[in-house]
Formats: sequence, C-alpha cells, structure tokens
Amino acid sequence: MEPPAEVVHWMFGVGFLFLGLCLLAEAIVGRDIWGRRSWRAYLWPSVVFLMGIFMWPVMVFYTSSAIHMLAHGAWAQTMMLAGMAQLGLVRGKLRNSLWELTLPLAFLVSGAAFLIHEPNPWLFSRAAFLHHALGWTGLVGGLICLGRAVRPHSPAFNAGFAFTIMAFAFLLFCDRNVAPIFGHLSPLAGGR
Amino acid sequence: MNAELVRQRAEARTRHSWRHTAVSALGPLTALAGLIWAIVQPYRITLFDPDRHGFWYLAIQPPLLVILAAAVFHFWVVPSLLADLEEAEERSR
Repeated sequence: MEPPAEVVHWMFGVGFLFLGLCLLAEAIVGRDIWGRRSWRAYLWPSVVFLMGIFMWPVMVFYTSSAIHMLAHGAWAQTMMLAGMAQLGLVRGKLRNSLWELTLPLAFLVSGAAFLIHEPNPWLFSRAAFLHHALGWTGLVGGLICLGRAVRPHSPAFNAGFAFTIMAFAFLLFCDRNVAPIFGHLSPLAGGR
Repeated sequence: MNAELVRQRAEARTRHSWRHTAVSALGPLTALAGLIWAIVQPYRITLFDPDRHGFWYLAIQPPLLVILAAAVFHFWVVPSLLADLEEAEERSR
C-alpha cells in the first residue's frame, strides 16, 4: 500500500515548508536568539537529516530508471551530509567552519541532479517543468548558501536561504502524477 | 516620578518590535495561504467526498497540511522564540 508519487512529493513539501518557516524565523530574530534553546538550534538540521533518511525509501520504491535512482540517491546523501554537518556544528563537535559548505554542496548537487535526470523540455508536462524549476532553484539556492557560509550573520543571505527552501515547498506542492503545465501536455506524457 | 517610570516601562513592554510582529505573523499568514488554497481548489479537500478517494488521498490533503505545518510552527516554535526575543530586547534597552 504505497502512497502515490505525487502524495510523496506533497509530504516532502510539508517538510520543506516547516523548514522554511523555521529558517525565516531564524533570519528575522538572528542566530544568537534562535540558538538560545538547544532544542531549537537542533531543530532544522534534524529535519534536514530526517528528510535525507526518508529519501532512501523513495529511491528504492519510486524510481523507474537508473538515472532517476541516482538522482534520488544524490539528494538523500547530500541532505544527510548537510544535516549531519549542521548538527555537528551546533553541538560543537565540528569546529571547522568549512563544514558550512556542505549546505551549498547539497543545493548545487541537488539542483544539478534535477536538471541532468530530466530529459524532456520545460513544457513536456508539469513534472518536467517542475524538475527544471527545482533544478534552477537549487542552483540559485546553492549560490545563496555559499554567500551565507561566507557571511553567516547577513540577514539578506539568511532570508534568501529561507525563501529558497519555501520555493522548494511550493514547487513540490504543485506536483501531480500526470498533468499539463500552462495548457501543455505532450502526447508522449499522456496528453491528446 | 516612580509612576511615570512604571508607565514608560509598561508602554515599552506593550510596544512590540517589527521582529516580534513578523515572527508572530509567520504562522497565521501561512495558515491563511492554506485556507485560500482550499477555497480556490476545494477538490483538494478530499474529505468533502470521501467515497471517491483511497486512504492516501484522504490522509494527505495539501491545503490542510499547510495549515497543520503553520499551526505546529506557531504553537510549538514561536512562543519560546518570542519569549527569548523579548528578553533580549528588554536587556538591550
């Protein structure tokens, strides 16, 4: 009794939405106030790590081709790596600030994986459009994260990071199994 | 003189900063977005027509999930964050 693929995307959308709300609140109040309670400091890195773990069953049960499977595996690994590194930095086990670069790495690898594993053009179907949109959002998000790693207290980079995550949530909520995009649906994808 | 000081401090406490207002508004605004989504696409609320849908489509209804995420954030994360923010702002005055 597996959930349909679009339902899985919506569940990840909720995770990204909650993550985005936490990051936006952190950007508004500042890292110092956000980190005053330890459970709060651990909250969003834990959510990222958990979403990385949940990506593995998605990879196993929902992928229909090798490149699709590799893309999901790349997301799972980079999300777990970024979440783990952030947990280590918050805990103080990791001291080198270069670990912050795992976050832009996750975005850049994820964005590239979206673009590489989508063989169809933007208006082929809604799924194709969303893959392209998510890919470019990931690449732009990676650059924002890179700025955030260099200037961790910049409100602009922190808010930009939060809005990138919210954009991911929005795009995931837009997903349907088979649906047109702006009136376009290729006959190869099930359109008439 | 003392009464004046008490009045000024009480005013300062009730006058919230923009950060306080912004953090307080995040959850309700997100929930409002979910509510508007439910009104614009009522067919997403599968509970209105439970006989036509299976378990997963009844359990996972995106507009309601958005409202749920907003509620969890507003009632779980925000109260302690506002308390810490007020404390920090009080100290910096």
